[in-house]
Amino acid sequence: MIKISRLIHDYIQRDEEGNPSGTIRALDDISLDVEPGQFIAILGHNGSGKSTLAKHLNALLFPTEGAVWVNGLDTRDQNLIWDIRQTAGMVFQNPDNQIIGQVVEEDVGFGPENMGVPTQEIWNRVEESLKAVGMYEYRKKSPNRLSGGQKQRVSIAGVIAMHPRCIVMDEPTAMLDPSGRADVINAAMTLNREEGITIILITHYMEEAIRADRIFVMDEGKVAMQGTPREIFSRVEEMQALHLDVPQVTLLAHTLRQRGLSIPEGILTREELAEALLGGN
Amino acid sequence: MFKDITLGQYYQTDSLLHRLDPRVKIVGTLVYIISLFVVDTFAGYFVCLLFLAAMICLSNVPVGYIVRGMRAILILLLITMSFNLFLTPGEVLVRIGFLKITREGLIFSLKMAIRLSLLVIGSSLMTLTTTPNQLTDAIESLLNPLKRFRVPVHEIAMMMSIALRFIPILMEETDKIMKAQIARGADFESKNLIKKMKSLVPLLVPLFISAFRRANDLAMAMEARCYRGGVGRTKMKPLIYEGRDQAAYMLLVAYFAICVLLRFLRLPFLI
Repeated sequence: MIKISRLIHDYIQRDEEGNPSGTIRALDDISLDVEPGQFIAILGHNGSGKSTLAKHLNALLFPTEGAVWVNGLDTRDQNLIWDIRQTAGMVFQNPDNQIIGQVVEEDVGFGPENMGVPTQEIWNRVEESLKAVGMYEYRKKSPNRLSGGQKQRVSIAGVIAMHPRCIVMDEPTAMLDPSGRADVINAAMTLNREEGITIILITHYMEEAIRADRIFVMDEGKVAMQGTPREIFSRVEEMQALHLDVPQVTLLAHTLRQRGLSIPEGILTREELAEALLGGN
Repeated sequence: MFKDITLGQYYQTDSLLHRLDPRVKIVGTLVYIISLFVVDTFAGYFVCLLFLAAMICLSNVPVGYIVRGMRAILILLLITMSFNLFLTPGEVLVRIGFLKITREGLIFSLKMAIRLSLLVIGSSLMTLTTTPNQLTDAIESLLNPLKRFRVPVHEIAMMMSIALRFIPILMEETDKIMKAQIARGADFESKNLIKKMKSLVPLLVPLFISAFRRANDLAMAMEARCYRGGVGRTKMKPLIYEGRDQAAYMLLVAYFAICVLLRFLRLPFLI
């Protein structure tokens, strides 16, 4: 679905007169592959380059060196930009800054309108997308009257209406309360499991990452770790060295293990921990 | 602070006027405004008033709600009236000190007041019955012929609708910044005008910065959703004229014809 080969991205720094004064390497020699239908989580602390990486998947930024292919389309080819943006939709952090319409249904229709989809087909797509994220009954409402989680689900619907193969979510839950966060992640999971849409979720909530098929941990513009959630979270010390947390249950299990309890590494849920503890007795 | 702004407010209900094509409503409002300047007799204003009253009836908007909106222009109305009342030369009716009220002044200021009130009520009726989105759509469609002269019609309409979308967001933000400043001892309550102006600077700077940041984010979000200007775009809600819209246009022509007739017939019993 997505193939990244030796990707390097430099930001150009400018002094006060606007003359280039140096470069910052935001992404440094990144190579990774994402299979169709996977649920991917990308972790990393602030400034680790994860947002820069996300913007490459949607042809909003272009490689300084190396290449990115989205569904076989090379993002360096200017003629393919619109196909790429249609294939890989993007959901941003702040819901207020990405909703264009003044009515929910009009916002969801914005993408298909831009693509030149016929009117009747737009209405079908808007209906099915709003139903997919459970926001159909709010279709006539103004986005200003919705909660953060609802707004973010409308943003997701706006992306689904363009029939993408892949959705990149750049910290979609960072500004939401816990229940809004759960709603958004559940909507994303449903799309992934039922529609087979590839999801790339950038987050710093570890609880969201444990449900992913695969996790990439980024640090200083490089992929520092990759693997399944169980593999990643069993390396507690390494994660902490990267200034990242592990889920609280995992940390508890890890501490218990260090104190001499015989339970396995990489416990991700409370149920697993309970089972391991009971099994130990 | 911003609670009083009622400009362009939409009154949600269902009525014939609400369902009318927004283009008809814009053209109708323009015709109505022109008609107010075409007629110049009390009888003429009465015709305009009848037309307006009929429209209000069709709109299902409570009369009280519309009249309340008039409070905003009350001061303007009083000032124009008094200027016309006291400063028009002619046959003197009353003299109070150096002020004099003339017959011409009285008639003229009355007409002025009627004209202004009818104008404001009429145009507010349009915004009360048309959503901002419909308005921008209609403006885009009406200005379409200007595309031939390279006027970026679609872009103008898109800018208007985004501006409208961001009004409540920026207001909320202003409120937030204000509270943050008040918490740190800023004084927005001062009656002193210069102090008041000065206190706005620390409010406006963060507001502008955040507005630019939002604009940047929004532009990126629009690009990510394949926005590339008006070319090749389809419409989710295209504007299509229906039977009632054509009927409305006919009614407008008839109304305007009556107004023109009233002006040029110059019947002797009309003032």
